[in-house]
Amino acid sequence: MRLLLVAAAAFFCLSAALSASVTSPATDEAITGSTMPRTLSAFGFFDGSANKPAGHLIRYSLRNPLFSDYAEKERFIYLPGKARMRVDPSGQVDFPVGTALIKSFGYPSAAGKLDILETRVLLRRETGWLALPYVWREDGSDADLKVGGKRLAVSFDTPRGKRLEISYAVPNKNQCKQCHSRDDKLVPLGPIWQEMVFESKAERDAFEERASFPRNGLFPSAKWDDAAASLSDRAASYLYANCAHCHSRRGSASNSGLFYDEALGNYAHSGYLKRPVAAGRGSAGHEFVVDPGRPEKSILISRMKSLDPGIAMPELGRATVHEEGVELLEAWISQISARD
Amino acid sequence: MREHLKFVAAASVLAASMSPLAAKTINVEAGENAQERLQEALILAEPGDTVALGKGRFKLTDGLSLDVDRVTVKGEGVTSTILDFSGQLGSGEGLLVTSDDVVLREFAVENTKGDGIKSKGADRIVYHRLRVEWTVGPKATNGAYGVYPVESSDVLVDSVMVRGASDAGIYVGQSKNIIVRNSLAIENVAGIEIENSFDADVYDNITTKNTGGILVFDLPDLPQKGGHNIRVFENIVIDNMTPNFAPEGNIVASVPAGTGVMVMANRDVQIFDNVLGENGTSNIMIVGYREKTDDKEFQPLSRNIAMWDNQHMRAGWAPDFPGGKEIAAALGGKLPPIFWDGAGGADYAPYVGDNAPAISLGLTDIAASPADARPSQIMPGQEMPAKLPAITLPESMEAVVR
Repeated sequence: MRLLLVAAAAFFCLSAALSASVTSPATDEAITGSTMPRTLSAFGFFDGSANKPAGHLIRYSLRNPLFSDYAEKERFIYLPGKARMRVDPSGQVDFPVGTALIKSFGYPSAAGKLDILETRVLLRRETGWLALPYVWREDGSDADLKVGGKRLAVSFDTPRGKRLEISYAVPNKNQCKQCHSRDDKLVPLGPIWQEMVFESKAERDAFEERASFPRNGLFPSAKWDDAAASLSDRAASYLYANCAHCHSRRGSASNSGLFYDEALGNYAHSGYLKRPVAAGRGSAGHEFVVDPGRPEKSILISRMKSLDPGIAMPELGRATVHEEGVELLEAWISQISARD
Repeated sequence: MREHLKFVAAASVLAASMSPLAAKTINVEAGENAQERLQEALILAEPGDTVALGKGRFKLTDGLSLDVDRVTVKGEGVTSTILDFSGQLGSGEGLLVTSDDVVLREFAVENTKGDGIKSKGADRIVYHRLRVEWTVGPKATNGAYGVYPVESSDVLVDSVMVRGASDAGIYVGQSKNIIVRNSLAIENVAGIEIENSFDADVYDNITTKNTGGILVFDLPDLPQKGGHNIRVFENIVIDNMTPNFAPEGNIVASVPAGTGVMVMANRDVQIFDNVLGENGTSNIMIVGYREKTDDKEFQPLSRNIAMWDNQHMRAGWAPDFPGGKEIAAALGGKLPPIFWDGAGGADYAPYVGDNAPAISLGLTDIAASPADARPSQIMPGQEMPAKLPAITLPESMEAVVR
């Protein structure tokens, strides 16, 4: 029995050594240990700069990303050793202990490359997920842990060419959980198999080789900005990506009665003729969250258009108005017909 | 192998029972970079720790949050330790608590953009000796709630002062087993509001200069509804005549100025031994929920409501709801201090054991408008219901405020 164990351990060491090119013990220790590494370099996810992700990371993006003040994002998965992911029948990806999900945020520079401001990591430990925010230094050499969050002065051009100067908020550790919360437990939000997009076949293969899949088919949602899709499908996708992390019976806004991870339609839980509860001045003097046919009277729209922290929705990462998103939801509400 | 595993298990149990080591105090002073320092302290605190706030004005740029169980946040007093959110750039509240067994005491929260202090899913929370204030006084641009526990079991609000909330000063929503006492709510739209909640005692409070003093409400389309078992007693509810300054659309925007205690769509509410007066619409008002709703589980009528031994001073001379003046005129110039809208008919009439006149507006149909009121005296004849038992909280919570 004992011998067998030793043999198994030796084999494990050997296989770890063989796969040294894809993972390192230091990385695994940083992810699964009990500490919060002070610098991002402790994980070895980047080769000396935010623009140089290590070769062993699996890169992906999403059909319907969360709007975060027009920031562009780069997303990666780190898997330890030979560990595998399991895609469940709903498409939710189940990650093994030792996984890290890595997301960098930045704005395009004049030279066209992405100026990365911060990198957030979600670490899958034995005890569950841990979220940590890292802010890149001025010289770009490394990023420092900012558990208390940070504000950064940022200026950039919107897709429509409008110059904006904002106070960009790196969330604190608790704010990470505010969105990434299901039944008060921290969870990843983005990686749902049918919603994931890969830029190349090589990247898709890198994911598929390390994952097992359910027998059932999985069908992606409409892209929120796909003019060919129906308005209600696009609205559902947008509301899911931007609101449902909190507005879920299991999320931070469970008390609101407004739930965007459920069927979207003429229901109170979709906002349809739903009166505000704890909106305060967020109601902007309007009676309903979604006033059918009247976007200008809908609290959903007025809160999306506001930059006032006591009114603005979503509550975090909203120093700018997402004009394209507002226009989509205005168009959607316009074509809902009033009851009676 | 088995032996070895057992040893490891024993060792880890030992380690778990030993850690965390002694609870510690983390001191945070006002001054430069208060946001980052205070937020870091709230994140790095471990169960059992106290985050001690120094004297002075903490100038904050964002909401703060606490997500660690069994942490006490303690200042040097409500005039000495001030969390100043006038420069707040983000977050829906000043301080958000999402962990259990938290104690908040002896500090002030001023001028948040949204709610003052919110606790969500935070069981056994204690709010003690706090001040939450919008220093301009009543204004529609103030935040909605002063203290805002929601979706929690065992809530104690004791010796808290709230001024200027554009919705409710002290608001408890969708919670269970609640005590609000020894507190002062002044110049809010609603002084104290218990909404969609079960088992609450509201006593020994003063609510004055609000639009409405104490509200007990239930609303449709929420995860927890069917509010019941609420006792409102030994409060002073005087001069709640501030014109309603809630933003339209909110349910409290419909509360008439001059409301003392108002019960809507709840059952088993008992109001006794209060002192009420100088409330121009009514000292005690019992109504149904009169908005349209598709929520089939929602019960819009107030039922099994009782009041006794309240002291009534002047009320009803300036009824601030549509049709109110006409009804008052028909009754000789003013409304009596107690009225019920009549929703549901005689079976739903409240028990009135007060030595004061009480009427029904006769709006039996929940969809009827106050303009169709047919006022009539509420006749005694009902039997007084059994008294609800007092709310008890875990001893650990009471020990905090003793």
